Amino acid sequence: MIRTLAKSIREYKKPSILSPIFVSVEVILECLMPLVIMQFIAKISPTGDAATTDGVKMSTILTYGGILIAMALFSLLTGMLSGRFAARACAGFAKNLRKDMYYAIQDYSFANIDKFSTSSLVTRQTTDVTNVQMAYMMIIRVAIRCPLMLIFSLAMAFSVNVTISWVFLALVPVLAAVLVVIILKTHPVFERVFHKYDNMNRSVREDIKGIRVVKAFVREDYEKKKFENASEDVCKDFTLAERIMAINAPVMQFCIWLSFLLIFLIAALLTKSGTTVGEDQITVLIMYASQILSSVMQLSMVLVMIIIARTSAERIVAVLKEKSNIVSPENAVKEVKDGDIVFENVSFKYSNDAERNALEGVNLHIRSGQTIGILGGTGSSKSTLVNLIPRLYDTSEGAVYVGGVNVKEYDLETLRNKVAMVLQKNVLFSGTIKDNLRWGKEDATDDEMLRVCKLACADDFIQAFPDKYDTYIEQGGTNVSGGQKQRLCIARALLKDPKVLILDDSTSAVDTRTDAMIRKSFRDEIPNVTKIIIAQRVSSVQDADQIIVMDGGKINAVGTHEELLKNNAIYQEVYYSQNKGSDSAAEGGADHE
Amino acid sequence: MSKQMPVMQGRPKIHTFKLLGRLLSYLFHYYRFRLIAVFFCIMITAAAGISSSVYLTLVIEEVITPLIQGTPWEEVSMSLFYIIGGMGLMYVVALCASVFYNQTMAVVTQGFLKHVRTDMFNKMQSLPIRYFDTHTHGDIMSTYTNDTDALRQLISMSIPQVYYSIVAALVLFVIMLLYSLWLMFVVFIGVAIMAMVAKYVGSRSARYFIRQQQVIGKAEGYIEEMMGGQKVIKVFCHEERAKEDFDKINEQLCDASDKANAYGNILMPAVMNIGHFAFVLVAIVAGLLVLFDVQNLSVTGWGALSGAVIASFLNMSRQFSLNIGQVSMQINSVVMGLAGAGRIFELLDEQPETDEGYVTLVNAKIDENGNITESAERTGKWAWRHPHQADGSVTYTELKGDIQLYDVDFGYVPEKIVLHNVSIYAKPGQKIAFVGATGAGKTTITNLLNRFYEIADGKIRYDGININKIKKSDLRRSLGIVLQDTNLFTGTIMENIRYGKLDATDEECIEAAKLANAHDFITRLPEGYNTVLRHEASNLSQGQRQLISIARAAVADPPVMILDEATSSIDTRTEALVQKGMDALMQGRTVFVIAHRLSTIRNSDAIMVLDHGRIIERGSHEQLIAQKGVYYQLYTGAFELE
Repeated sequence: MIRTLAKSIREYKKPSILSPIFVSVEVILECLMPLVIMQFIAKISPTGDAATTDGVKMSTILTYGGILIAMALFSLLTGMLSGRFAARACAGFAKNLRKDMYYAIQDYSFANIDKFSTSSLVTRQTTDVTNVQMAYMMIIRVAIRCPLMLIFSLAMAFSVNVTISWVFLALVPVLAAVLVVIILKTHPVFERVFHKYDNMNRSVREDIKGIRVVKAFVREDYEKKKFENASEDVCKDFTLAERIMAINAPVMQFCIWLSFLLIFLIAALLTKSGTTVGEDQITVLIMYASQILSSVMQLSMVLVMIIIARTSAERIVAVLKEKSNIVSPENAVKEVKDGDIVFENVSFKYSNDAERNALEGVNLHIRSGQTIGILGGTGSSKSTLVNLIPRLYDTSEGAVYVGGVNVKEYDLETLRNKVAMVLQKNVLFSGTIKDNLRWGKEDATDDEMLRVCKLACADDFIQAFPDKYDTYIEQGGTNVSGGQKQRLCIARALLKDPKVLILDDSTSAVDTRTDAMIRKSFRDEIPNVTKIIIAQRVSSVQDADQIIVMDGGKINAVGTHEELLKNNAIYQEVYYSQNKGSDSAAEGGADHE
Repeated sequence: MSKQMPVMQGRPKIHTFKLLGRLLSYLFHYYRFRLIAVFFCIMITAAAGISSSVYLTLVIEEVITPLIQGTPWEEVSMSLFYIIGGMGLMYVVALCASVFYNQTMAVVTQGFLKHVRTDMFNKMQSLPIRYFDTHTHGDIMSTYTNDTDALRQLISMSIPQVYYSIVAALVLFVIMLLYSLWLMFVVFIGVAIMAMVAKYVGSRSARYFIRQQQVIGKAEGYIEEMMGGQKVIKVFCHEERAKEDFDKINEQLCDASDKANAYGNILMPAVMNIGHFAFVLVAIVAGLLVLFDVQNLSVTGWGALSGAVIASFLNMSRQFSLNIGQVSMQINSVVMGLAGAGRIFELLDEQPETDEGYVTLVNAKIDENGNITESAERTGKWAWRHPHQADGSVTYTELKGDIQLYDVDFGYVPEKIVLHNVSIYAKPGQKIAFVGATGAGKTTITNLLNRFYEIADGKIRYDGININKIKKSDLRRSLGIVLQDTNLFTGTIMENIRYGKLDATDEECIEAAKLANAHDFITRLPEGYNTVLRHEASNLSQGQRQLISIARAAVADPPVMILDEATSSIDTRTEALVQKGMDALMQGRTVFVIAHRLSTIRNSDAIMVLDHGRIIERGSHEQLIAQKGVYYQLYTGAFELE
């Protein structure tokens, strides 16, 4: 795991190394300073050696003062530099992590994308990266600083007074042990709290989303009670966790104060037995005592950070390690001859451990230039079938051929550019209409865009916008209607100049007349393109060359409208449910065709 | 967290203190006595922490120096005993205080957060629908998550820490006054510089952290959009362009995060090392004082500067800088915490929905003469209880489901009227359909019936009673509603159906499910009615969810139903099934239907065609078709219903 993550450090190795180096220098200076101060005090103190010999000298003050100021300056400088570099290192590391994940996701196949939910991919690239970033900063700063501080301070303390320093050495493991116990005790509680926290947030989210239902059913009090319970749950566990954590501070205070007491006591006893421990030594030892103990404390904080970040790191690594199973082969075919499509004994399941095949034994031949309609209820695997054509998924058994070549032998970009697919769950991106259309062809001219928009019956409404083709589409395409969105998506796909065009329920929000007009322009303007149309409405497919009726992952029937209406039960059911008693409407719609 | 931080704008100081004051009084409201106890305990602990400097002086002056000067052990041992004893005793007291306040603060913080959450949620339940229209769900959610979390930091860490440091600084100040005024001035200069630097770096750090939050919000929005459209990216082989755009935003985020953390990281070393300067300065000045034999001035008078005083002064100047360092580390969380508190107060200050209704819904008994009497238990019959203020009498009207709108005008904002002169007369048991483009005002009308919004002009009568006189909760209880967005809740299917009537028995729920045509598919699920719905019921199909929401409305058994686009996002085969359920539900009720597919409303008693908030055509299906107007065009597909 660490090796995978470490790969993302790259150009930020320099600051990642410089920061700990400067930290080390800072720590050494910080540990030496009290020692120099001690000597200084000894020199200037009226009770120290100086007083008993020949008084305080101006030169002594200046020398020591100079040294100390230089040390403080240098410590300031190294401290700031290390902070600066640490910031750069961790911001850069986080940037690379995000980038690596995002790039990895760009290479994902549909199967890979299905594995992670959208929201989890977002969390992994934001919150999780932030957690790892903080932990990384802790590691290159505090995790280096504290052990060094601990060791140096201890060493210095021993150089000042061995007997008293044993006190510190004894206190360090005691404090460390208590802190570790606290961490181990709280960790499972925190895990539980986060779970309950999610519960509580869900209860709020559902309430906000369903506020009309809540109010319509007058369930405000019921919701309040539900929330109160969830909130109480969180409160209980969180209080427990925080109470255990709240032991930290008193334990720390206990250790520091105990060390002070012992320093005073032992100093007095030592002085009594002849080894003078003056104020200089005592002052310095007090400083070391707090430095030593607070580094133990901070080290435990780092430990907590790392524990929190570990889950995040695992989630990031899962994204980085996920490898796409659909890649272009070597010596890939770079040209699609025509729009001829063959399914040969195709079976498909979404994952290896799925119980049921989503597609079972499909054999099909679609000739170049044909218009094919596909009909079937929800879950009959209509989308699954067409997804195999541009190789968005690989078949589990059998093979799919486009233009006489197995789709697995094509260069993916070639294949997908020639097999244009308008997805059922389609998305426009924030940007102008032109920006969105250019997804189909990056260097499309205005004329080309006009042509495809006319083909998709989108030009009319685009011209009605004040900014026309420069109209800004909001995120999620919220400022255009469902039908307009679908027509823009079709135009976008047409810009690719495809050999095969697949519309996966892409005109459901378009009215029947426009729907018919689009199909008519397809027939007239792009007769050589194979058109595959999945639809709910019979009227959308009834004029197709062939209609495929899907049921439960199998092809139930193939035929023309008239044939199916005569022989196929499913087709009849759908047809009559939509046209029940509204013959006039069906005729009305047909008038326009 | 991409929101603006109101605290940072305008005149921040006044705002900040006002907020802090309000927050503290809010805290005191719930935990007055405990907080006062905490107040004293922190004081004790802080004072004890600082007092080591005093003891240091005492030990040196009373024990060590005499010992060095040859005073026999027996003479000093008593004072050593007293000093160590006193110190130990004080530490024990301080430790107890520390344990007490740390534990109490843990309880108080979490308890207070729970109160805040409850207050927020209760407030939110009382807010009008308008509030939810004007605030995004994400923003409301973030009040419960980010803002409450920032508040936790502020209360559990920052406030005690800052208070501790203030107490410590005050104690230090007093001790310094007692020891040496000269050295105190030196320390003060150091502290002043330190505070200035901390303020400069700290406020910059806070500013950049807020900027970082904003860029994170932006990046999150971008990543969310791209992840949501990942399949489209694949289909269009748009990966390389997607990478380029991402790199730009990622670079910005890196830059913002770099700056924010850089200032954050520099803060501590800067403050600590200025502390070192102050420390050195004290040493030098002390040295000079000793060198030139300047008399020491303290509150207690003039005297020689002793080594013990110097030593403890050095110790104190260090403690001073440590405390200031601690406070400066809290700047970020104070800024964030107060910003969060500001948004929480904003929610708490919202105006709740008002309700002046006094007509209530009661169980009723109706005798053969049609006389209505109130009943304590459920009778299956309902009546409106209408007290008359003038003469104190009470009349009862049977609940039938007769709804009449007279010349109703309405606007979401007073300046912009979206419904004009809408009049509708629905007799009990009739089915009224609304047809029109998105934004024509169909849903708006139904929202007026249950008083989600208040009409601007005109009158709505329910069984002849002006609905403004009816208590809102009773009015809504008498209206069932099925929306396109099913909004099922996490829980079992049974619980979700029971949502319509909380005291419904299992049998009643199953009966309702049968009525809604949902029973079959539910029993086919492995867990049946105990199937737990999760993640917005994503384990069910849209049609199945819709059936459950119909069952939920059915169990409530209201005389009037509103079906708002209830079948729009279902495929036609499933719709036939749902339609059956709805037809069963509509039997004998007054129903208002809004439907996308015109085939589902053909059998309505009356169809209202709406355009820009006006009813432009009304009549039965046959009448409207014969009329060859807008409805005819819609029905034949000449218009797009979007």
